[in-house]
Amino acid sequence: MPLGFFDYIAENMPLILNGLKFTVKLWVIVVVVMLPLSTLCAIAKVSGPKWLRKILNVYTWIFRGSPLILQLYLAYFGLPYLGIVLEPMTVVITVFILCVVAYQTEIVRGGILSTDKGQYEACKALGMSYGQTMLRVVIPQTVRKILPQTCSEVIVAFKDTCLVSAIGLGDLLRSARELVIGDLRVDAFAVVLVFYLLVSSILVLVFNKLEKKYSVYV
Amino acid sequence: MELTKTKNDREVMIRMINIHKSFGDVHVLEGVNLNVYRGEVIAVIGPSGSGKSTLLRCINKLELINEGAIEIEGTIIESVNMPDYPVASNQQVKASLGKTGMVFQNFNLFPHMTALQNVIEAPIHVKKIKKEEAIALGKRQLDRVGLSDKYDAYPSKLSGGQKQRVAIARALAMSPDVILFDEPTSALDPELIGEVLDVIKKLAEERMTMIVVTHEMSFAKEISDRVIFMDNRNIVADSPPDEFFNNQEHPRIKAFLEKMLSNKN
Repeated sequence: MPLGFFDYIAENMPLILNGLKFTVKLWVIVVVVMLPLSTLCAIAKVSGPKWLRKILNVYTWIFRGSPLILQLYLAYFGLPYLGIVLEPMTVVITVFILCVVAYQTEIVRGGILSTDKGQYEACKALGMSYGQTMLRVVIPQTVRKILPQTCSEVIVAFKDTCLVSAIGLGDLLRSARELVIGDLRVDAFAVVLVFYLLVSSILVLVFNKLEKKYSVYV
Repeated sequence: MELTKTKNDREVMIRMINIHKSFGDVHVLEGVNLNVYRGEVIAVIGPSGSGKSTLLRCINKLELINEGAIEIEGTIIESVNMPDYPVASNQQVKASLGKTGMVFQNFNLFPHMTALQNVIEAPIHVKKIKKEEAIALGKRQLDRVGLSDKYDAYPSKLSGGQKQRVAIARALAMSPDVILFDEPTSALDPELIGEVLDVIKKLAEERMTMIVVTHEMSFAKEISDRVIFMDNRNIVADSPPDEFFNNQEHPRIKAFLEKMLSNKN
């Protein structure tokens, strides 16, 4: 007689939790690097030297214009042909960061560009430097404006972690798929669905809190 | 300029020499000359598009000139095609620009900062004043414009008149030698104009040097030492308010004044 749903899940929970741990770890690293790096890239794209803007344009063009899974394939299976052999985790983290930063850079850039010209003029009239203007006046206002889009981006990054199974790493979805294929029953899929929704819900709650906090001055 | 004759004994604070400014193909200023003396209140009036705001914005380099020279308190801050007027060192230019304050038509307060934070931002980060001192200074300036009860209010919670008074306090906190007002009441509801004009009037009584671009004719008449009328990219009249408003001979200005007065009623 086969195990009931809950007994079956309880028995296999360690495997699923292992997958969840990996997924969350990858995602946290990606988000922590993404936020400051995309802000710097956006500032560089708005006001950096021409050569840097050109490089960043090519970069966002490539990473926004091609599928993440193809980028992972190329980095993981292609780089060894150039004599570059990296740990799978290094490849995954790097490609992931490059990809999400490409999107987030454009979001931050949009936020910066939407800042009223008068804000820059007020800073200039007060003798503030460009760095002070960005750091003290423009970026803090940008943060509030881009929170909703950033929330989406962070959720997408969380879900897209499942693509790493393409190069053999064991994330949450892959651990479930192994169970489904091995035991010929789909219970594990239902559980990971709950996990994905749970984490997304927490994210949305956190961002709602942030939006509220940043809206005191609106 | 005939004016300098009578005022040679007074200290020139701002000297604008042969200022040319264009935006693309559009000429906005064509060879403007202007001297501003310490303690003077100048009202700049004229039809829209006559270059009033641009002239003002050239003084603190919000707009860069195409030709001419600008001197603030003896320091040449900008000079284009004027070899006789060499620009001072970057440091001197920065110091002289720091002697100018500006108040904008749309306030341009920092929306994510409270009134007090708006006022102390530049003293702390530009002048490097200690935070406690800056807070005391900021409160004094907000008191000065009658906003003692609004230290912690965000701009979104303030009326237009209150916002503009915060903006004036913000400019005052940098202890400027001259304040440039760019249509300070044009974005305000009529009933809020008075409170802002009262603050500017008070500054005039304290002999603060001010250049005010305005459409408020009665205000210009009341507080200014000199009225400058701009039309067609240049200054066409520069006279004391009494003479300007009561003995106006210039047909173009007469027509303008009549139009402004009829709009009032």
